[in-house]
Amino acid sequence: MFEVVAFYLFAALTIAMFTITVMTSQALYALTAMAAGMIFISAFFFMLGADFLGVVQIIVYTGAVMALYAFGMMFFDTTRTMVEKRENPRTIFILGVLAATLVVFIFISPIISTHLETQYPLEAASGNSQAIGMILFTKFLVPFEVAAVMLLVAMIAGIVLAGKKMDKSLTLMAEEEIALMGANEAKPDSQEGAH
Amino acid sequence: MEIYLYIALFAPLTGSLFAALFAASPKTSVTGIVASGLLFTSFVSSVILLNYVMAGHTVHVEMMTWIASGDLYIPFGFVVDQVSVVMMMVVSIVSTIVHIYSIGYMDHDKGFNRFFSYLSAFVFSMMVLVMSDNFLGLFIGWEGVGLCSWLLIGFWYHKESATWAANEAFIMNRIADLAMLIGIFIIYWNIGSLQYDVVFSQIANLPMPIITWIGIFLFIGAMGKSAQFPLHTWLADAMEGPTPVSALIHAATMVTAGVYLVVRANPIYDLIPEVGTVIASLGAFVAMFAATMALVNRDMKRIIAYSTLSQLGYMFVAAGLGAYWVALFHLMAHAFFKALLFLGAGNVMHAMHDELDPFKMGGLKKPMKWTWILMTLASVALAGIYPLAGFFSKDLILEVAFVEQHYILYSVLLATAGLTAFYSFRLVALIFHGDERHLEHGIHPHEAYNFMLYAMAPLGVLAVIAGMVFKTPYYEMVTHLLPAIEYHIHNHTTFWIMTIGTQLFVIAAIAYAYKKYAKAVKVDAKVESGFLYQLLYNQYYIPKLYDELFSKPYRELSKLAWKQIDLKIVDATVDGIANVIYRTGEKTHTMQNGNLSSMLRWMVIGLVVLLVLAIAFTVGYNAVTMRAM
Amino acid sequence: MEITLAHYLVLSSVLFAIGLIGVMRRKNLLMLFFATEILLNATNIGFAAIAHFHNDLTGQMFAFFIIAIAASEVAVGLGLLIVMYKRTGKIDLDIMTSMRG
Repeated sequence: MFEVVAFYLFAALTIAMFTITVMTSQALYALTAMAAGMIFISAFFFMLGADFLGVVQIIVYTGAVMALYAFGMMFFDTTRTMVEKRENPRTIFILGVLAATLVVFIFISPIISTHLETQYPLEAASGNSQAIGMILFTKFLVPFEVAAVMLLVAMIAGIVLAGKKMDKSLTLMAEEEIALMGANEAKPDSQEGAH
Repeated sequence: MEIYLYIALFAPLTGSLFAALFAASPKTSVTGIVASGLLFTSFVSSVILLNYVMAGHTVHVEMMTWIASGDLYIPFGFVVDQVSVVMMMVVSIVSTIVHIYSIGYMDHDKGFNRFFSYLSAFVFSMMVLVMSDNFLGLFIGWEGVGLCSWLLIGFWYHKESATWAANEAFIMNRIADLAMLIGIFIIYWNIGSLQYDVVFSQIANLPMPIITWIGIFLFIGAMGKSAQFPLHTWLADAMEGPTPVSALIHAATMVTAGVYLVVRANPIYDLIPEVGTVIASLGAFVAMFAATMALVNRDMKRIIAYSTLSQLGYMFVAAGLGAYWVALFHLMAHAFFKALLFLGAGNVMHAMHDELDPFKMGGLKKPMKWTWILMTLASVALAGIYPLAGFFSKDLILEVAFVEQHYILYSVLLATAGLTAFYSFRLVALIFHGDERHLEHGIHPHEAYNFMLYAMAPLGVLAVIAGMVFKTPYYEMVTHLLPAIEYHIHNHTTFWIMTIGTQLFVIAAIAYAYKKYAKAVKVDAKVESGFLYQLLYNQYYIPKLYDELFSKPYRELSKLAWKQIDLKIVDATVDGIANVIYRTGEKTHTMQNGNLSSMLRWMVIGLVVLLVLAIAFTVGYNAVTMRAM
Repeated sequence: MEITLAHYLVLSSVLFAIGLIGVMRRKNLLMLFFATEILLNATNIGFAAIAHFHNDLTGQMFAFFIIAIAASEVAVGLGLLIVMYKRTGKIDLDIMTSMRG
């Protein structure tokens, strides 16, 4: 009973939060709603017995990713209301719902669920974190290492991309200076295009 | 011994590839010298193999597996036995000489390097043909020879007549090759192997009609390659190629392949004497038929070409009557003097600036003494005067016909022998004797390079001695493999009457030719406008008939197919598809407006479509499996 | 009433649909990133649920790697966004028309 209540509660909360994220015109609302949604999702992971995943969800998403977005938003002008051009909201809604319905149909159809086989069974004796560690460092060692390298590459890429010309602030520069900088930058680009 | 086999086989290929490296670069005599040298190596290896085979051994190697699929197993196997070694000797001698000769003959030609590449490839194909130990390997060589002949006949591809002749030769040969392939298929279908030894040991177990069909189809193949009636027209037209090529085609490499096939397949033909009789009759017909065409022709090379045709007829008579060793012997002797004749004709052509009409020559005896001697020698040998090569081989065929009691064949061949002597010496007399008619055309003939004459000299020697010296050892060697039947006329009086009678008949023909053409040439307008002369001059109107009967209807059919089917159906379909795609692109290119947001929307639409398809497929699959249950 | 796998999958699909709507609707690139995060999280719930109900850890491993990918995506994506903002002063999708065919 407790599980049912928890599921419906968190489902409603998550859906509400994510709907706000998608629908609001205030960037800060969106950010806050998404951070909340992430934490609610971790509740599902705990309910599903995936303790380790739940913790990772909170640390990585709510801790790291959201913080990164928050820092990123400092660069942009987020205080004012976003003006977005809307095209065919009905089409968008229909498409989204249609896709979801189809996916649900596929998932709940018996041919999928009866053909799944257990590859790495959970061991009741050991805890979830322990089991994950066992599998992660045996069966999934190579993907794990590759993921590590990928994170390193992403980190370097982020620094390089965002860090370039950190010392200049476009908002504080005069129009002419920006135009001049743009012209200087455009030159190598146009040459590349010629190749 | 295997190493010599490989050298004999692959030296020409090496020469060809070497010359091919320089194909696009300007003339270098290195290519000619290297190719000739490698062919000489091949010749030496053949001699060593000949010695080995003479001692009673044979060499049989399996180089590698070629086709192994299910029950079908065909190796790249090569065999050097009594028959193939004879062919190897002939091929390597003649082609070595032709190669050396070509260095001089093609001296001023732009395609010098290319020429040697083709020429050596030609020899290599022929070597594969004669040395293969199975029918399929023989067929590969057979096709290789066809390809190289196409390249060489059309060597001067800027001349339309040359490309036409090359295509004609190629297409005629394809027709015959189809029959040959069918023959090979029948063999494989019934015996399950294409190795000579297996086929020949089991052929007798097959039912008679199948053996007959095999024999007929293989012979049709041989007819194409050896230019027997009705597939003979390409041979005379093949004279469009450079003269050394004609020498090679006619003497050693190409046309002899058909005779070789019949000789090689002798265990098959032994079982079907009826087909043999047909072959012999066709051979005698072609011998006569070609000789009559040679009588009136006014093209030096064509005359020699018809004489080849005629001699091939002789060989088929011998082969058809079961005298395989005689056929092979005549093939060998004929190769020597026919190559000599062609190379001599090449000298004359060079001297006369590519003039081919012997009526515009005459009196070349003085400026071209050695060519005259060699060509006369070759003509005497061809006519079959004792003791030259032709006497021993050609008269033997007459004897075979007599002993086998085919008197009609015998008389046809005898008459043809007279015709042969006449047209050979008509040519010699017109070219070398009489008035110097060429002076009117402002031509000053000169003798060919010395080394070309030296190259021809061995052929001259062979044309003289081949019959006398080689006959006994050849007979002893080759009858290990071929049926050893001695053809002797037991009645001594008949024998002497026949021999001397034939000799006298031939000499009379020669004398008549000299009398008619050696002095002044009188053109008898009445004879020339007569029906018979025109009939012979136009080659019995057979080329014209083929043109009317096959070429023109085919041309009309092709035109119809082009105008009606290709333009209106095929092209229209292709254009229609292109138009549909083009218009679709026109209509839908607004999708590509560069806006990422709309692209994302399209992506989602694509996702929905894929999901629908996945569901539809799953439902359909389930329905099918449920019904199957 | 029992909570079954189907419940979780329906939830996952609903969240996915919300994400899709966001992806299609948003013009602000930062908001677009948020929508993609929602998509990834929706699939994570699906994976974790299947792992639980089929007693198999593979689903959790996939969710784990998805989180890693999401993290690196944010790092690179934000870097690119900053560069773009420096160049043009905007982060609006409609100004990116260099792919116009």
